[in-house]
Order: sequence, then structure tokens, then C-alpha cells
Amino acid sequence: MTAEMTEYRIGPADELPVGEGRAYAAGDDMVAVFRLRRGGLRAVSAVCPHAGGPIADGLADAEIVVCPLHQHVYELATGCSRTGQASLRVYPVRVDDGDLVVSVPAPT
Amino acid sequence: MTSRPEREDDEFVVFSEPGHGVYKSVIIRDDRLIGATLLGDVGRVGFLMQAFDRGLPLPEERVRLLFDLGGPPVEVSAAELDDGAQVCNCNGVSKSTLVSAVHDGIKTVTGVMDATRAGKGCGSCKSLVAQIVEWAADGAAEEDPSATWYVPGVPMGKPELMAAIHARQLKSVSAVFDALAGGREDAKSKMGLVSLLRMMWGDEYVDERGARFINDPQMKGGCTTPAQLRRIADVADKYAVPLVKLTGGQRIDLLGVRKEDLPQVWADLDMPSGYAYGKSFRTVKTCVGSDYCRFGVGDSTTLGIAIETRFQGLESPGKMKLAVSGCPRNCAEAYVKDLGVVAIDGGRWEIYIGGAAGAHVRKGDLLATVDTPDEVVRLTGRFLQYYRENANWLERTYAFVPRIGIERIRAIILDDRDGIAAALDARMQASVDGYRDPWLEGGEPATPGQFRPALPLIPLPLVPVREP
Repeated sequence: MTAEMTEYRIGPADELPVGEGRAYAAGDDMVAVFRLRRGGLRAVSAVCPHAGGPIADGLADAEIVVCPLHQHVYELATGCSRTGQASLRVYPVRVDDGDLVVSVPAPT
Repeated sequence: MTSRPEREDDEFVVFSEPGHGVYKSVIIRDDRLIGATLLGDVGRVGFLMQAFDRGLPLPEERVRLLFDLGGPPVEVSAAELDDGAQVCNCNGVSKSTLVSAVHDGIKTVTGVMDATRAGKGCGSCKSLVAQIVEWAADGAAEEDPSATWYVPGVPMGKPELMAAIHARQLKSVSAVFDALAGGREDAKSKMGLVSLLRMMWGDEYVDERGARFINDPQMKGGCTTPAQLRRIADVADKYAVPLVKLTGGQRIDLLGVRKEDLPQVWADLDMPSGYAYGKSFRTVKTCVGSDYCRFGVGDSTTLGIAIETRFQGLESPGKMKLAVSGCPRNCAEAYVKDLGVVAIDGGRWEIYIGGAAGAHVRKGDLLATVDTPDEVVRLTGRFLQYYRENANWLERTYAFVPRIGIERIRAIILDDRDGIAAALDARMQASVDGYRDPWLEGGEPATPGQFRPALPLIPLPLVPVREP
């Protein structure tokens, strides 16, 4: 069963620098989008489940992002924590006509 | 050391070796530890803290409280700790959580620390965590090769890594990953590499990312002016800063500034950054010195400002917090700083290194007593450069100085035993010359959207607003 998805056009793709993350509002969700240094985009929830840290400000590599507040580690592809926290949500993200587009599952 | 136990029938066990600055004592009442003092050798602090907090049974041979005699005591302390005992007080990790991680198959100390976050805050519980992991693994604990690497993602110790960076002229973090880590970038290594590259290359370092948050205007030596205070008050009003706070380093923090306001806040303040963040030279705390204090025997304020002006903002493996006191009463707490300077009668100055008054408390070791403020500045620069080049990532001076040994540091810094003093001075001078204020770029973000809020719907940082 696939959940109903809503697409949000969240901003110009060229304002997201290589190797960094930025936070966006997509409907009621806060989404941290990262542009990987070797290409590709990843989108996860922007709020660390541990203590509300800003995930978009975290250091990232091809696989993980590290929350800047307490260094909790999350996998960008799955959202799973490698440091024993609850998972981040993962969002499909793509570029369409120069804009970042994230898909957010409808609330269940 | 004349403290005596309160009651006649308290047990009082003392070891004193003044020649080496070692003193240890414990006080036991009803077979429970009720007090302990350790100076100079604090190897038993983990066990004693737990024995005190948890009321653990104590070894019959009381000397084992003061010394690790091999064999049982360490195992006893790890084994006898309650399962529920909180081992890491920063991240709230209990013994049972550590033991579960080991039983789930993690066999290295660093692996258990990563998985549980134990020891990842202030770090003072690391040795106890290691003991518990070794005990829980029952002899099967494994050495993590990365424990000796400078950062976890590049398989080299610090000297080897620095040599490779020099030889291959690597001036950005991704250049290091490409050349020395098989092209595999590692998020957990980035902060350590940025610090190292900045230290080695100064303004030749190629910055690929910038992030800075707290607003703490520079006030050298903790001195300010009415005009500066007015400007800070105006900015705090204008941007509705939730908390204005005097810090332990004698600065004024503006806490809770919204990220998107930061460039404008800095522009309005028109003051350099005071480096409240990052692993770098932080602040020089001073007392009022000889001009305004009847006890002052040296102008600590002027010297503190001179030191801060010279070394401001320099990157380092750990924070460098300094102080200058105008007399041995030590109002600026110079004895417990990474480098502390104390004026003594006769116009001379003592320089202490490796002090701390945080998660660890340690009185600094006397490096030298010198005749002039210029000499203080020169030796300060030489020691700080030696520390920057030789300390492990996040190794503060309170760990670094005892690891190298004060005698050896004196031989290198004062007697130039290794013939590197001139080179240390020259490299420090190059770093000083290459300094620029990071907030000069505040008006124009280094990358697009650098100062966009990272959490659009939640104000950050979450500092409560205090009503007067």
C-alpha cells in the first residue's frame, strides 16, 4: 500500500550549495534537503528527534548527517539513527524546472 | 593538607608525596566513602566518584582506594557498579546500556561510545566507560585502530597526516578526503580537518562551508566602554534578543539571535567576533591589575589585552582559554586556565599551562617565570603553537601537558632542546598575520542561503525568555 503523496515546490535548486543542507517548509512538515558533494539530493525531517536540533545545519557526507547539537548520526537514505535515536522521516526529492520538489506523505 | 575527618572514628587514609606534587586521601565512615581528595594523580577518580555516588562496598585493603595495584580493583569497580548506575552524566547513559551494547556485539570502546553516546559530552567518564566495556566483553574487547587516528575518516596519526597534507599541498577538506581517504568523505572528520587545515594554511585554506551562530562581541581582556554597551543594548532591543548574559570569560553574550538576523546584528554591532564558538583561542580573562587594585603587582589588564589582540581567533585542537592575574590572589583564575599568567612581586610574571576548571579541575604547571610582558607573549605564542601542532583533536591542554610532561615541554619551549623554537615562533607569526575576522564576510554569505533559518517553524536556539 502506498500512501497518498503531496508534492511541494520548495525553492530554487541553485540556492542549495554543494555539500550543504538547507531547511524548508513543505506543507506542515519541516524538511532538511542536502546536496551531496558527489551529486544527488537527500531530504529528511529537519528536526532532530533527540532534542530538536537543526538537522540542516549538520555536517553531512555521502551517507550520514550529524546533528550539530549532540552529534547524533542519521543515515540520509533511510533516516535511521546510528546513535540509538528515533528515525528521521525520509522524503523523495527531485529537481523540476530549476526548483526543488519534495513529496510529503498525506497525514494518516 | 591539614584537613581531618569530622569524627573520631572516621577512617582516614592518606598518601602524600610533596616532592612530586601528589596527595591523595579518602575518608570512610561505616564502610562507605564519604570524601576524597586527589591531587597530581587522579587515576582513581572514576572509581572513587562512583563509590561515593552509589555507596559501593569498598575493598578491605584500603590502599586500593588510592592506587590501582593491578588485578581486582578495576574489575571490581566495573563489576560492582549497579546496573542502573548512570555512568555518563552528560548524555544519561547507564551501565546496563553500555553492557547491552557490548552483548549486542560491539566490541570496541569507541563503537560502544558511538552507539550509546556515553563519553561524548564532556568526556570525563571515558575511562570508566572503557573499564565497563572491557569488563562486559570479558576479555574479548577489541582495539579500534581509529583510536590513534587524528580524525576517524582518515587512517593516519597527526604527524603523518600533517606531513601528507604539506607534501601534497592539500588545502581543503575534500582535497584531504580525495588524496588520503580514497575519496570517501566522512562527516565526523570534517570539524577536525577544518581546524587542522586552518592552523596549517591560514588564509590559504580553502573554505567550503561556513556556519556561525552565537553572537558574542569581542571585549579584549573583558574590558568594555559606555559607547560599546550602548550599542549592544540598542542591538539587543532592535532584534528582541531573548537573553543577554555575562559569561564566565568576561564577555556579553547575545543568546537566541535568529540565524537570519545574524549578518545584520553583526553589521549593527560593528564589533569583531569574540569567538564564543569553535575550537580556537577564546578569551583572556583579566583582573583590574595594578592600576585600580591595591594588591596588584603587575598590569594584568594591559597584558591580557595584548595577548588577546595577538592570538585572537586562532584555530586549535581544543579550546584555548587564558587569563592574566595581577597578583597571586588570582582573581582572574589564571591557575586553572589552558595558559594563565600571574604577576608576582618584583615585576616578574609566572606562566602556568595545562590548567582546567571545567569537567576536569587541574591547577596548571609552572612553565616559566619571566621578567617582561614581551617575554610572556613570546613564550605564550611558542607554547600555543606547540600545542596546536601536537595535540590530538579535542585534546585540551589539561590532558596534553601531562601526556607530554611538563619537564619535556620546558625543555622544548624554554631550552630549545629539539631546535624547533624558532620555527614554532615563525609559524605562530604566520598564523597571526593570516588572521581575519569571520564576520567581515557577514554581509555577504559565503554560500547562498547561509543565514537562512535551519528550522523555519521553530525559533532557535531554544533559550527561554527571562522577564526581569
